[in-house]
Amino acid sequence: MTSTATTASSTEPTGDRPAVAVRHLLAQVGRYTFLCVVLGFFALPLLWLATAPFDDTPTVTASLPAFTLDNFRALLDNPYALSSLLNSVYLAAGTAVLVVAFAALAAYALSRVRVPGRDALLYGLLLLSSIVTGTATMVPLFELAFRLNLIDSRLGVILILSGGLLPAAIFILKDFMDSTPTSYEESARVFGASPLQIMRHIVVPLVRPGLATVGVWAVANVWGNFLVPFLLLRGPDKAPAAVIMYTLYTEGGQADLRLLSTFSLLYSLPVALMFVFVSSRYGFRFHGGIKR
Amino acid sequence: MVEGARPVPGASPAPDAAGLGRARATGFLVPAMVLILVFLVVPAAWTIYLGVTNYRLTGLAAAHPEVVGLDNYTRALGDERFRTSLLLTLQFVLGSAVIGQAGLGFAIAFALRDRRGPLRRLVEGFVLLSWILPSSVVAFLWIALLDRDAGTLNALLGIPGTAWLLDHPMLSIIVFNTWRGTAFSMMLYAAALENVPRSHLETARLAGASTWQQLRDVVFPHIRGHVLTNLLLISLWTFNDFAPFLITAGGPEQRSEILPVYVYKVALSGGELGFGAAISFVMLLINLVIALVYLRMLGRRKEAA
Amino acid sequence: MSAITMRELTKVYPGGVRALDALDLEIADGEFFALLGPSGCGKTTLLRTIAGLEVASGGSVRIGERDVTNLPPGRRDVAMVFQDYALFPHMTVRDNIAYPLRIKKVDRRSRAGKAGETADELGLAGLLERRPGQLSGGQQQRVALARAMACHPQVFLLDEPLSNLDARLRLEARTFLKRLQRELGVTTVFVTHDQAEALALADRIAVMEGGRIRQVGTPTEVFRRPANTFVAGFIGSTPMNLIAARVHGEELAVARARLPLPEDARDRVTDGERLVYGVRPEYLDYSASPVDGALTGEVVVVENLGSVSLVSLDVPADDPDAADAPDGGAGPDGDAGPDGGDGPGAGLAAGDTGAGAGRTSVQVVVPEGSEPEPGDTGWVVPRPGRSLLYRDGNLVTAAPPAGVPAPRAGVAARS
Repeated sequence: MTSTATTASSTEPTGDRPAVAVRHLLAQVGRYTFLCVVLGFFALPLLWLATAPFDDTPTVTASLPAFTLDNFRALLDNPYALSSLLNSVYLAAGTAVLVVAFAALAAYALSRVRVPGRDALLYGLLLLSSIVTGTATMVPLFELAFRLNLIDSRLGVILILSGGLLPAAIFILKDFMDSTPTSYEESARVFGASPLQIMRHIVVPLVRPGLATVGVWAVANVWGNFLVPFLLLRGPDKAPAAVIMYTLYTEGGQADLRLLSTFSLLYSLPVALMFVFVSSRYGFRFHGGIKR
Repeated sequence: MVEGARPVPGASPAPDAAGLGRARATGFLVPAMVLILVFLVVPAAWTIYLGVTNYRLTGLAAAHPEVVGLDNYTRALGDERFRTSLLLTLQFVLGSAVIGQAGLGFAIAFALRDRRGPLRRLVEGFVLLSWILPSSVVAFLWIALLDRDAGTLNALLGIPGTAWLLDHPMLSIIVFNTWRGTAFSMMLYAAALENVPRSHLETARLAGASTWQQLRDVVFPHIRGHVLTNLLLISLWTFNDFAPFLITAGGPEQRSEILPVYVYKVALSGGELGFGAAISFVMLLINLVIALVYLRMLGRRKEAA
Repeated sequence: MSAITMRELTKVYPGGVRALDALDLEIADGEFFALLGPSGCGKTTLLRTIAGLEVASGGSVRIGERDVTNLPPGRRDVAMVFQDYALFPHMTVRDNIAYPLRIKKVDRRSRAGKAGETADELGLAGLLERRPGQLSGGQQQRVALARAMACHPQVFLLDEPLSNLDARLRLEARTFLKRLQRELGVTTVFVTHDQAEALALADRIAVMEGGRIRQVGTPTEVFRRPANTFVAGFIGSTPMNLIAARVHGEELAVARARLPLPEDARDRVTDGERLVYGVRPEYLDYSASPVDGALTGEVVVVENLGSVSLVSLDVPADDPDAADAPDGGAGPDGDAGPDGGDGPGAGLAAGDTGAGAGRTSVQVVVPEGSEPEPGDTGWVVPRPGRSLLYRDGNLVTAAPPAGVPAPRAGVAARS
């Protein structure tokens, strides 16, 4: 790294006076030292995830593995490991579909038809969702699920997660819709297209990047969400990977590290891949209210 | 022909480009609004109601909850454990969000501001990875990292036997949350720094300003709005974050029991739903206060501009 | 028959802005018709109301024999080309052109064929598989026209059809558009804020201001005999000279000079009356030596316009009263304030240079070779029959010039 620092600084024009050059060099060295420390800090906990799954006899210490793929075979024997990943897929897909569809409809209506107080409503809901989701309402959420007979139901988890994600999803999508010119829709309208045809032929293709962003964002949120399924789903047969992961290292005395490490890896891989795919395809964009 | 001519400002854009009409627009809104109402607004309102009852998960009060007025609130405010928990939560937010995530996020974004290429991608990649991995996975990664006997950290530092999670539980979850959430701030500040006009920075540099002076006089005035928005969001997220439960479960001896963990333990493990709801409501109020303070500051910024 | 008839057409936006004010207008079958005016005059609103994108607050619109006032846009049998063309970026050129047919449920094969034919007619063959983003501005415009043509509408509506093209391309596209319209013979209404574009393209022009029509006529009529000082100031690449004047028996006192009264106004004015005298810079002849019946003054600015030059003279006003007169006489123009620099204010020369100083500015077009120098003294003589008189902002004139409501010459020739 030090070599990088010197080459980088030598290519830049340095001041005439040696003091300036020295200060400049020190600043560069400081900057690269800082970046290396940051890199170490963020990479260190992840090391174990990269090594342990392939280790013959993994410990909690990250170390060069005695390479093996046996751990993955062991995973197949666990009754809940693979089914929990499937459960996660159900929950994530269900929520994403619901959130994208409902948010797209709502965002379109809010973007195109002027409703008085629309922005206040949107900001209010956004604030409410960032405050309420999570833990502050876990008691009434549990109660509500109980009353609606949604305890131990995947649908209940999907509905509750959707309710929490929708305000932000509408917000993001409305921004996308606002930035598409209305002349496209008017043009289609003059040719006689109905509102649903306009939606299908014109609007959805135009805001596809927005829909993808929101979909991926919803999937990532559900995939990692621990609290809601932990509260609402009773049996391990319906539990998603987030909950199974937690039980793997808290229940039953000594954790099976071979199982735990491979499961962690398998569980993490989809979101990481999805993220890489989306950010390379659409770029990771900050849209809307965040950037003010 | 002459007398009636009156000024007309520019034609306003069509209020309804696709010819949706009010009725259909309402129809488009209904599904989302129903879900939001039932699963977001109702629970929030319900929290307020439950907070004034003695509702319990089991026993007599489960069947016939009684309204007990503000008893839950007086009890909470008098409860040593609640006050400690509140204090720990404030430490947690201040340490991991305001100082940790926002500070580190800005520092990384600033250090990388004019870098392209592999180093930037590598740093950003790792920071982002820690953000997008599922929380129960990263929780175990940190348990493994901080393990007393075989943890990688102790092995690296050469101090085996240091029980980080037992001796320094708050420090552990603060560092953990910093690690976990810095990506958002980093990306937001990176985007904000792109918006700082190059010419302003160059003017400052030509005038001989030091890096610190450039930050103070040029960069911060430009990104103030971003800073406040960022702080608002990460403060709220951190305040309600349940992930530390996965690492320390509030222990040892409630020394890392932040409010979300406390509510979970009181209401769902302890079964005191009414009392738990009262604390939830206090949390909602605190969230609201945080939000209002930041929004006031944002508003003041706009007035000043 | 696809004439367009508007009666008492009114559009009031929420908030009380009256964009169209009880407007009556007839557009003949096959006519190429321009809606011209400064921004905010209601011309785009009028076009969108014909299209059905805006719902009229009152009055009626008829296309041919049908009352379409309350029909949705898709059932009016019109096609519209938007200012930004509104080509769907995710569809190929072929799919874009075929889109109206897709809505009409024409089967895939025949609509692709039809799109190909239309594209051929407009010289777009070979571009059919491209996306709009890969086309030049001129090509995009032709795709938009092709898409409008594909469904054989009764009426074409074009919103600022040339404004998105760069200057050189614009002339080429203008010729192309005029030729295409003549070949198709379909009633076409277009909106523009550019008077030169309207004069060049249209069979007839409606000049609009403040939600009302200030004058309807052929380009020649609108250019030669603006019905009011607003139109006088708006039409023409150089605004008309408008100078305070007073009737003196058989003559007109204008800026210390005596000019003959215009023929057609002779019986309509009274002795001693204050009026506004209007003459276009193109209809003035410059002379470097003294001439009878001329306005005289000092040359202050000479602007080279290529083959001609625009010369501004400072002309002393007759007396302070007369210098004030145009402001009073041009009553309606005060209302046109928001319309900005293109408006009649620019035409009221006395307004800008010097009511107070008792001087007024007169502009004259001088052919190349005989341009004066600033500081010279010059004389300008109005050409006979080209001077106009305005009372309270309106043309003082005999019976309306021949041929105003008649269909355009082109239609007459075809039928």
